[in-house]
Amino acid sequence: MSTQTRQMELEVMRYDPEKDDAPWFQTYSVPCMEDWVILDAINYVKDNLDTTLAYRWSCHMMVCGSCGMMVNGEPSLTCKTFIRELPDKVRIEPLENFPIERDLVVVLDDVMQKLHQVQPYIIRKDDPPAEDKEYIQSRGALAKFKQLTMCINCMCCYAACPQYALNKDFIGPAALALAHRYNRDNRDQGKSDRLDILADHDGVWDCSFVGACSEVCPKHVDPAAAIQQMKVDGAVEFWKQKMGIPGDKS
Amino acid sequence: MAIAKKAVVWGLFAAGGTLTSFVFPALIALFLLIATGNVPEGLQFDQIRTFAVSWLGKACLFIVLFLSVWHAAHRLRVVAHDFGIRKDALVANAVYTIAAIGSVLAAFYLLMIG
Repeated sequence: MSTQTRQMELEVMRYDPEKDDAPWFQTYSVPCMEDWVILDAINYVKDNLDTTLAYRWSCHMMVCGSCGMMVNGEPSLTCKTFIRELPDKVRIEPLENFPIERDLVVVLDDVMQKLHQVQPYIIRKDDPPAEDKEYIQSRGALAKFKQLTMCINCMCCYAACPQYALNKDFIGPAALALAHRYNRDNRDQGKSDRLDILADHDGVWDCSFVGACSEVCPKHVDPAAAIQQMKVDGAVEFWKQKMGIPGDKS
Repeated sequence: MAIAKKAVVWGLFAAGGTLTSFVFPALIALFLLIATGNVPEGLQFDQIRTFAVSWLGKACLFIVLFLSVWHAAHRLRVVAHDFGIRKDALVANAVYTIAAIGSVLAAFYLLMIG
């Protein structure tokens, strides 16, 4: 491990809704090790400089998805953002497009409800008891959606999404990508159930394919591609319904 | 089951986008070549006219023009939304009306070539 330190200025957004009228910035000078990530620097502030700073984190290894923040204006997972790639002055803000609960903590109720809304679990129409049968899945079938299972719900994609910024009814990237993950799973039979929500007015159609969600995704999930594929599914299903062809039940 | 009608216009937009991304650069290149007097072999006026007179030619040209105007219309609607214009219904009606008129005019002028 490197022993060299580098003095960094951390401009951290502070906001306590019980005391402050508006968010404001507090600057901390932090002696950072060269191999630190931004989360280490914030932990240093909390441990040594200011115990009142509120932020979320847990695993420090890109698994829990709780330390998403804006780092110099970019939605970033702070446990993955190395200080050696950043200038000496760094601005840290809570994720864009969400109400602030306090300091760097945002209110995620809206996306939690949206994640629930898309029914992100395997739906079976002919549900046999688990002990009688297992659902076989080939490697090829797994490859069709494996990339989409990598999402850790850090919500960086929602902070980057210009459509979610404009319209909070838009289901948004992570929830749509998660829905697509189950739609593509060969064990699932709930595609037509999900279509009601996904192909509705505030579903996939609101996406204008800016692609910012996929650019900022720390797990390379590519929600933008998933949404475009769902648009094709929705358009095909629309004409199938119009022509009276039975829908996709798989 | 409620699939929004946006599926229809998105379908035209996607088909138009796929088609125009291949066809339009070639058309622009040909236009510039012909405008500067470098008419490629096989694309003399009479030969293009013969193509446009045939029903297959008319159908091909109509598909290109029809999908292009609908692609452009939907793109303009989305751009208006991205620029913060919140009157989506008004914008949608305006751009799709223009696309519909464009489609009818394309069909009319193609049928006039005879």
